[in-house]
Amino acid sequence: MTIVYEALAKIGFMFALIMGMVVVLIWMERKGAAYIQDRTGPNRAAILGVRLAGLVHPVADVFKLLFKEDVTPTNRHRALYNLAPWLVMTVALSTYAVIPFGDFLTVAGRRIPLVVADLDVGMLYILAVASLGTYGVVLAGWAANNKFTFLGGLRATAQMISYEINMGLALLGLMLVFGSLRVTDITAGQGALLWGFIPMWGVVVQPLGFLLFITTVYAETNRNPFDLPEGESEIVAGYHLEYSSMKFALFFMAEYAHMVIGAALISTLYFGGYQVPWLPRPALESHAGLLLTGTLIFTLVMSLLIAFAFLRRASRERGKFQDARDREPGLGAGLWLIIGLAAAAGLTRQPWAVGSAGAEVFASLAQVGVFLFKLVFFAWLFIWVRWTLPRFRYDQLMNLGWKVMLPFGVANLLVTALVMAVV
Amino acid sequence: MSFEGLPIGTAAKKRSFREKLYFPEILRGLGVTIRHLLHNILHTADMPTMQYPEEKRVYSDRFRGRHRLMKREDGSPRCVACQMCSTACPADCIDIVAAEHPDPSIEKYPATFDIDLLRCVYCGLCEEACPCDAIRMDTGIYEIAADKRSSFLVDKEFLLNNTTDGTL
Repeated sequence: MTIVYEALAKIGFMFALIMGMVVVLIWMERKGAAYIQDRTGPNRAAILGVRLAGLVHPVADVFKLLFKEDVTPTNRHRALYNLAPWLVMTVALSTYAVIPFGDFLTVAGRRIPLVVADLDVGMLYILAVASLGTYGVVLAGWAANNKFTFLGGLRATAQMISYEINMGLALLGLMLVFGSLRVTDITAGQGALLWGFIPMWGVVVQPLGFLLFITTVYAETNRNPFDLPEGESEIVAGYHLEYSSMKFALFFMAEYAHMVIGAALISTLYFGGYQVPWLPRPALESHAGLLLTGTLIFTLVMSLLIAFAFLRRASRERGKFQDARDREPGLGAGLWLIIGLAAAAGLTRQPWAVGSAGAEVFASLAQVGVFLFKLVFFAWLFIWVRWTLPRFRYDQLMNLGWKVMLPFGVANLLVTALVMAVV
Repeated sequence: MSFEGLPIGTAAKKRSFREKLYFPEILRGLGVTIRHLLHNILHTADMPTMQYPEEKRVYSDRFRGRHRLMKREDGSPRCVACQMCSTACPADCIDIVAAEHPDPSIEKYPATFDIDLLRCVYCGLCEEACPCDAIRMDTGIYEIAADKRSSFLVDKEFLLNNTTDGTL
């Protein structure tokens, strides 16, 4: 039974992580876009005057969408119309099963690998599930019985077919280098050092493969510059035009969940996943005391700095709004002071002399933390790219996919195979 | 009409090798956007956005806001119901009914003076036309909001005692 509980706990962790990331990403998208475009962005929704720099807005959006009327077209295919949003969301969530978010964690003498399902055909699973995601989009476009949604679905199909080939080719190069289809093997392989000083990350051994892969991931997630299945000026909202209320919210959340997958895949396959550069697992454990002390000191200094910034804002903006929002800087300062105090309390407990059990837990947590850091960075990269690049025209998209990326993908595979055969 | 000698369309710019590689240019673009992002995070006060209900823009004294009717020293309207303003009004939003004034030295006075604020285009031709400076648009009120259309039809009493807040 323990193995079932373990699996459930890991699934729960992944589910919570993805859902939490979706909320954070929606906030990052709106706030990041605003700052990139010299705007302020969302800053009105508040709980008891605390606005969290706009982080309350996604919560308000969820409540709005839950209570909205679900308007449905009359001539829809009822079963498929209702199935499509669930299919999109389920597929978006199931890719995470094979992505390791840490090496292992020892609990009560049991070594628990931090991956939900360590499939030996993990890479095939990723490719298979990624292509299933298109079905939801195509079904949504067809079942709604609307010209524009249908065009959106068609565009999604053509785009997926074109870019999945390139994704497969890019991944083949990676599989050749690491000699395995198992995602945990590939991540473990990236902990090694190339010529003794460069971390053997996928991006180092497969630079062209990485560029091809990241481009196809952007296309597979329907994100700008490849967001052609939606197109306000051409096909209205695209495939999810006829969906409203929570069904629309599922499509919307699935897009962000796909972004989290994309970021997780990029960091796992090409940036070492949970591997800390130059610090493999044994080194992490033997230097745990030093690293833990450093982390605590860093947390202490940063939280004090942030608390100080909040206090300065509190004195500068005293009575600015004349309502509950005026409490916000004081509350922020209090929260960060508590975090700082917790770090200080940790420092008094002699973290430099941490025991071997503590060192193991610290190493596991550090690896999970590094994975989350990479995940958030690459998720941010999606947003950053979206607000930088203009989108492709459809023929440009096809030209890029078939005439540029496909030959480069094949060349990359051939060169990789040659190098692997010679070395 | 001849288009000879004029460039037709725009010829595609010849791209350099660096631009054809595409990725260096993407990185350059990412650099531009991140510079804006970091600048705005570090200097939130420089943001041109105004937090409207809390902060308000200061307009020039010449700004044409909601109308008001001027009074004589005894408190009666200065207007002599000459219909110059309603004649000049391009939106035809001023409705005046004239009546005989009890004082023989003044010919007429407005029995009613209604302005439909929904029709008004705030052009200021009425205050230009007025021969006795009875109508002015110098209140500076631009927040004109109400729950129903009939509230926007304002009468003489309202215009004589025009307030400075936005309520109708």
